[in-house]
Parts: sequence; C-alpha cells; structure tokens
Amino acid sequence: MIKTRICELIGIDYPIFQGGMAWVSTGELVAAVSESGGLGIIGSGQAPADWLREEIRKVKAITNKPYGVNVMLMSPFVDEVMQVILEERVPVITTGAGNPGKYVPKLKEVGTKVIPVVASVALARRLEKAGVDALIAEGMESGGHIGEIGTLPLVPQVVDAVKIPVIAAGGIVDGRGLVAALALGAEGVQMGTRFMCAEECTISQLIKDRILKAKDRSTVITGRSTGHPVRCLDNRFTREMDQHEREGMLAAELEKLGIGKLRLAMVDGDIENGSIMAGQVAGAVRCIEPAAQIIQDIMQSAEQEYERLVSRFGDRRA
Amino acid sequence: MGVFDKVKAIVVEQLGVDEATITPETSFEELNADSLDIVELIMALEEAFDLDIPDEEAEKIRTVGDAVNYITENK
Repeated sequence: MIKTRICELIGIDYPIFQGGMAWVSTGELVAAVSESGGLGIIGSGQAPADWLREEIRKVKAITNKPYGVNVMLMSPFVDEVMQVILEERVPVITTGAGNPGKYVPKLKEVGTKVIPVVASVALARRLEKAGVDALIAEGMESGGHIGEIGTLPLVPQVVDAVKIPVIAAGGIVDGRGLVAALALGAEGVQMGTRFMCAEECTISQLIKDRILKAKDRSTVITGRSTGHPVRCLDNRFTREMDQHEREGMLAAELEKLGIGKLRLAMVDGDIENGSIMAGQVAGAVRCIEPAAQIIQDIMQSAEQEYERLVSRFGDRRA
Repeated sequence: MGVFDKVKAIVVEQLGVDEATITPETSFEELNADSLDIVELIMALEEAFDLDIPDEEAEKIRTVGDAVNYITENK
C-alpha cells in the first residue's frame, strides 16, 4: 500500500491530486475524486467569489472528505476568493501564477493547508521559508500555463532543496508515472488531463472526444514571446496564435486574443477556435471512466509496477 | 564596497547582464528578468546582506535603486 506524508498531512487515502483546472474542475469532478480517496481541487481561475462559494457547497453536499481549491494569484478577484476560502475553511489550497507568501499566515490560522505550484528551486525554497505545507513541482509537460523545466529534472532538484513533501506534476497519467514520481523523491502526483476524461467532469463531450483522439505529438506551446507560454491541443486557434507570434504581434495583443478561449473550448465545446489546454499525456488517455476507477487503476497498476521492478531487479542486491 | 555597488554586482551575477547598463533607475523588467529571476535575485540579496525581505516588500522592489533603498533602510 503506497502511503506518504502527503496522505497523512491532508487525510487522504491515496497520494493523488486532481489538478485544479479553470472551467474544468468544478464541484462535480472534485467531489467524485475526493470521495474516491484522492484530492479533488476546484479550479477557481478568474471566477468571482460567488461562483467559488457555490462550487464549494456542491462539494460539501456530496462528500465529507478533504478537497481543495486552486487559486490563480493573478485573478482580479484573488482577494475575495481568499476571503471565501477563509470563511469556508477550505482544507487545502494550491496556488498558481505567482508567490502566495503574503496569504500564508492567515490561511494557517484557520488550518488551511497551503500547497503552491512551483516551477523553480528558488521559489520552492522561498515558499518553504514562508511556511507552506508542501509543494507541487510542475514540469512543462503539463497543460495550460507552464514553466520551462521538464518534470524529470525539476522534481529531484526541488526535492533536494526542501524538507517539506513534494508532489510531482506534468506528464503523469498512470501507475507507472506514480512509481516514477516516487523514485524521484516525490510523495504524490497531481494529474489534470486524465481527469478531464472522468465521467463526472462537466466539460463538453466534444473536448473529451478530442483528448481521446490525441496522439503523443498533439500538444503545442503558444505564447512563448509573451513570457506566459501555454500548452494546448493543436487546432485552428493555436495555429493562428502561432502565425501572429511569428509575424511579431505584440504580447498585449496576443494575450487579448486568448481571452475567453478556454471557456469557448471547455464549456461551449468549440474544438477549433477554443483553447484546449491539455498536457503531453493526452495521447495516453484511453477512455472515459468514473473518477473512482481512474484512481483505482492508478493505485493498482502502481503496485504492480513496483512489484515488477522488485522482482526484476530486487534480487541483484543479494 | 557601497550598497549600490554590492547590489549591482549581485544583479550582474544573477541576471547575466552588462555592468555598464546598470544605474539606480534600471528596472529588472528592462533587464528581461521574469518573476522567477526576481525571486532568485531577492534571495541572493537576502543572503548577501543578511536580512529578510518579506513578500509584500519584495513586490515593491522594481528597480536597482528600490533594492538599494530597502537594504539601506532595513540593515
């Protein structure tokens, strides 16, 4: 049975986080993941505080187990979103797009565990000093806004730099990925793309079908010139962005073209003109199944992979 | 070595920029530093001057001169 400090810290059965994804991980998916023993995380993106409160209530109506909220620190509503988190005593928050250091003391007061997403060793060290409970080291294999370092080099460097538990994210889709993350020194994994194809995920069926059709080379990165690169499935939108970028369009103009495109994909199901944020593992997602089954599959196959490694290499130690 | 010269040396080392381009008015943005570069820079300054720069204060440090002033006032 694979148990780590992360399981104890948060009170979950399995060291699996479902990444908080704006317009994707709403209360329904989050509740299903948490009820199955992982950690479901609401993606609050740039949503206003009222929306978040509604989603939190949905989760609480379905499960008593711990859940989380991802806070996008560049959201115009970040202060009111933090207020809702404090009022609702959300068990765990993850953060993206910046440094949540200044919010840590208040969150600790109400017992919320703070687990920022980091893509560099320096920010990891700084946040450990600020008192965060754990870190998610996310490689550029993941979907959406990404850093520059791959998961394989990033995770061990972060693990070596801090004492708090580290969760690996980016490029993980199955039990082999979990075992690999543990080998790198991580104590859990966060996955987004595979959970997009959970039955309980409320995104458009057309997007789920598009992920099932994806191959290994189906994702592309746009927006490198803006300083905020994004990984998505290749479509008309990414090809147009790419062309504008090559023609030297200004960063501000490019960013403007991206506004509303995530919703257009995930909610409205526009697979050509929307931004289908997904990770490099999209090609490895094979079916639509309940969240509980995804988690059981990962845990069972991780145990099998571990056994296989021990039986293949373990006896050489003798 | 004065505070400005010491800060300048750290900025040059951290961001790999030409010393001659740096004045107190130079912003980190002009030097093409992204948010992660700035975190590294702030931590290097903390170490070099043996002080803690809280995140709320670090957010306000946008130029070489801002860093020099903060360090001079809090040392």
